[in-house]
Amino acid sequence: MRLVTVSGPPSSGKTAVLLNVIRELRKTGKTVGVVKFDCLSTEDDRVYASLGVTVRVGLSGNLCPDHYFVCNIDECVAWGVAQGFDYLLSESAGLCNRCAPHAKGVLAVCVIDNLMGLNTPKKIGPMLKFADVVVVTKGDIVSQAEREVFAFKVRQANPRAKIAQVNGITGQGAHGLATLFAGAPETSSLNGGSLRFTMPAALCSYCLGETKIGADYQTGNIKRIKV
Amino acid sequence: MVPVEEILKTRMADIRKNHPEVSGFLESHGLIPDDDRLALADYIARIPDEDCQDYGLDKADLIDALGTFLEGLEGLTDGRQTFDVRSVSIIGGTDKSGRPEKINLTLLPGTITSIVGPTGSGKSRLLGDIEWMAQGDTPTGRRILVNGMFPGEDLRFSIEHKLVAQLSQNMNFVVDTEVGAFIAMHAASRMRITDHIVADIIAQANGMTGETFDADTPITALSGGQSRALMIADTAFLSTSPIVLIDEIENAGIDRTRALELLVKKEKIVIMATHDPLLALMADRRLVIQNGAIERVIETSAREKAVLVELEKMDAVMQRLRLRLRAGEEIEGLGS
Ligand SMILES: Nc1ncnc2c1ncn2[C@@H]1O[C@H](COP(=O)(O)OP(=O)(O)O)[C@@H](O)[C@H]1O
Ligand SMILES: [Mg+2]
Repeated sequence: MRLVTVSGPPSSGKTAVLLNVIRELRKTGKTVGVVKFDCLSTEDDRVYASLGVTVRVGLSGNLCPDHYFVCNIDECVAWGVAQGFDYLLSESAGLCNRCAPHAKGVLAVCVIDNLMGLNTPKKIGPMLKFADVVVVTKGDIVSQAEREVFAFKVRQANPRAKIAQVNGITGQGAHGLATLFAGAPETSSLNGGSLRFTMPAALCSYCLGETKIGADYQTGNIKRIKV
Repeated sequence: MVPVEEILKTRMADIRKNHPEVSGFLESHGLIPDDDRLALADYIARIPDEDCQDYGLDKADLIDALGTFLEGLEGLTDGRQTFDVRSVSIIGGTDKSGRPEKINLTLLPGTITSIVGPTGSGKSRLLGDIEWMAQGDTPTGRRILVNGMFPGEDLRFSIEHKLVAQLSQNMNFVVDTEVGAFIAMHAASRMRITDHIVADIIAQANGMTGETFDADTPITALSGGQSRALMIADTAFLSTSPIVLIDEIENAGIDRTRALELLVKKEKIVIMATHDPLLALMADRRLVIQNGAIERVIETSAREKAVLVELEKMDAVMQRLRLRLRAGEEIEGLGS
C-alpha cells in the first residue's frame, strides 16, 4: 500500500485537491482509502463518502492534534492494509505551524494556497519545509505575477520539493499530482519508522488541565518570552 | 549564478546588498543575521542549537538546501531563458469517442492561435494538455513536444521553466502593496535587474487603458481594466513562460489590439479561448474543437483579415462612444 501524508493550514484546499487526485487514481483502477485527522469536528468524511471513498475520522479533542496523529497513524496503516487499499491518504490540518506529520519513507505533501499572503511560505515551518511535494491551490483567482512570486517564496523555504499548482474546483493539475502519488514508496507498517522532525514538546501544567494563570501554577516544560 | 561555496565565504553585509534571494532564503528558515561582518559559513556555524530545534534546522542540511536553491535559480539568469523554446507541437490523440484526432500542429513564438468550440467540447482540456506537456498520459492521449521533443519529467514541476503563463477574466491582484513595489518584487523573484523594468511595465499598461496609474498606486485600488492591463504588461516583460494562455479577456475594458501586440512583440506563443470576433480574427489561426478533438485548423485568410479591418473600425466607434459618455456628452450620432 502507498501511504501519503497530506497536511496544510485550514481551508487551504486539501480535501478538494485530494478528491480530484482520487478521481485520477481510480481511473487507473486503483482503490483509495482516507483517514481524516482533525481537532473537534469535521465535515470532510461526508464529502469523501459522497464520492464512495472509504474514510475514517480521528478527532484529537483535548489532546495536541499532531501528537494524536503520531500515536494513531500506524493503527490506520494496519487498517488500510487489511482493507486492501492501493493508496491510503491521511489528511490533517496543520494547526500549529511548528508541527509536521511527515515521516521518513512516506510521501509527504503540504497544501497551501495563493490567497494566504506572500509571507506564508516563510511562516509555515516544518510542515512545508519537510514536504516532498508542495501543492499550491487557488491559482485561478490571483494574477500570474502573484503565482510566480508565491512559488518563488515556496522555493526559498523548500528548494527540494516539487511544486504542483492544482485547481481544486476544475481539477486542473490533479493528473500531474496523481503521477507523483503513484511514485510514493510502499508501506505496510510505520512501526519503528521515524518522523522527519520532532514534534513540539508539550509537557507543562496546562497540558494536565491547569487553568490558573501565574508563575506559581507553571510547572514542567516552560519557555520564557524575551520582552 | 554564484556557487554555494562562494556564497558561504561572502560576508553578510554583501549578501544583503548583492544577493537578496539568499537573504530571503535565510529569512524563510527563520534566520535574520544581525552581524554584518561574519561570513555566511561562520554565521551558520554560530546558530544556537536551541534555534535549530525551534525552526527545524540541521546545519549541513541547510547548506545543502541552499545549494539546491541556487542551482534552481540558474534557469532565471537575468531574464535570458536558458531553456529556449523555439516551437511547441501538438500531436493528436483521440476524441471523446476514441476516434483518432488527425492533427500535427506546430506553434511558433510571436504567433497567436485562438481556440473555439462549444462548452464542454474540450478547450480547457487542450490548454491543460499543453500546460502538463502531455505524453499520451491524459484522457486525450495527446502529445505535446517542445522544440520537437519531450523536454523531460523534471520540467513538469519546475517553477523556473514553467511553460505556461495564464491570464483570465477571474484573476485579480490580492497583494496589499503599491504597483511599483510589487513589480520590483516580481522582478527580483525572476532574478531581473529592476532599474527600468518598473517604469516600462507601467508605461505599457497605461497605454492599454484610458485612465493612467503610477508606481505609488495601491494595487488593490486599480480598476478592472487597469489590473488586466498591468497583468498583461507584467506577463510580457517578466514571466519566463514562453506560452501565454488567455481565457476570455473580451470584456476587460482594455485595448485588446495593443495587449496582443505587446505579447507578440515579446515573442510569446499566445493561445486564447475566445468567441470575440475581433480577437478570434486577430489570431493567425484558430483551432475548432469538437467532441474533445481539434476538428479543423482555420488559417485566418486575407478575406477574414479584411473583415477584421471592418471590425476594428466598429470597435473604434464603440471606444469613442465610451469616452464621450464618460465625458458627460449627449450621444446624437455615432461620429465624434
Ligand atoms: N479527447 C478527449 N477524450 C476524453 N475526454 C475528453 C477529451 N477532451 C475533453 N475531455 C473531457 O471532457 C470534459 C469537458 O472538457 P473541457 O475541456 O472542460 O471543455 P470546455 O473547456 O471546452 O468547456 C472534461 O472532463 C475533459 O477532460
Ligand atoms: Mg473550459
